[in-house]
Amino acid sequence: MAKPRVKVPKTAKAGDIVLIKTLITHKMDTGLLKDKKTGEIIPQHIINSFQATYNGATVFSATPHAAISANPYIAFNVKVDKTGDLEMVWKDNKGKTWSAKKTITVN
Amino acid sequence: MTNKMQIAVVDRRDFVLGATAAGLITALSVGAAHAEVIPTLEEAMKTAVGDAKPSEGKVTLKLPEIAENGNTVPFSVSVESPMTADNYVKAVHIFAKGNPRPDVASFMFTPASGKAEVTSRMRLGQTQDVIALAEMSDGKVYMGKRTVKVTIGGCGG
Repeated sequence: MAKPRVKVPKTAKAGDIVLIKTLITHKMDTGLLKDKKTGEIIPQHIINSFQATYNGATVFSATPHAAISANPYIAFNVKVDKTGDLEMVWKDNKGKTWSAKKTITVN
Repeated sequence: MTNKMQIAVVDRRDFVLGATAAGLITALSVGAAHAEVIPTLEEAMKTAVGDAKPSEGKVTLKLPEIAENGNTVPFSVSVESPMTADNYVKAVHIFAKGNPRPDVASFMFTPASGKAEVTSRMRLGQTQDVIALAEMSDGKVYMGKRTVKVTIGGCGG
């Protein structure tokens, strides 16, 4: 259902700190609300892990809890010294995984 | 329902008190049935940074003064740090005391992050203080705080 969207600059100068913007479609059910029809509590279903690696090394990660809004948006920075692949992985508490990969060319 | 039998003899005030207490007990037992342990703000903060005493400063928490919709409140946190291999921000933990669960998110940085800055969106159930704790590589902890007025809460009804 969900496809992550990321905004990553294609090129950068060595030593630049670049801004990465990410968004993933996810309901982020808090586990506090009841289904209006059945009265049952809707179980918690959230993205609970996000990790970004550049050339295999972790640069940033996050542990969202239920208080992060639906369709989690996360923007962070990466310092790039050489050309490489930025890989991002999202996981939810039901074991589903999504990923995105972008190359940043340093010139 | 023995309560009904007693209504005749107890006065209204006692009945209201009794009914409130009975309601509370029901609410509590419903909570227990889900067997979920919800940490207090203090417990959540302790889990995040241990016994370290947070000092003021270094942390800038950007949040709207008034949030019309508590479902999506944009926020951004930045921490002053050179972000070098021996002096960087390890993590930033966000808490909202007035939410049903106080923990909002944790963000982990490395020197390769370049800047200790992150932007996201959170849910706020009511007008409250939002707290950011920054954990530095030398073990020091800094705290930033902002009050947000929430017009419509973001935790459903």
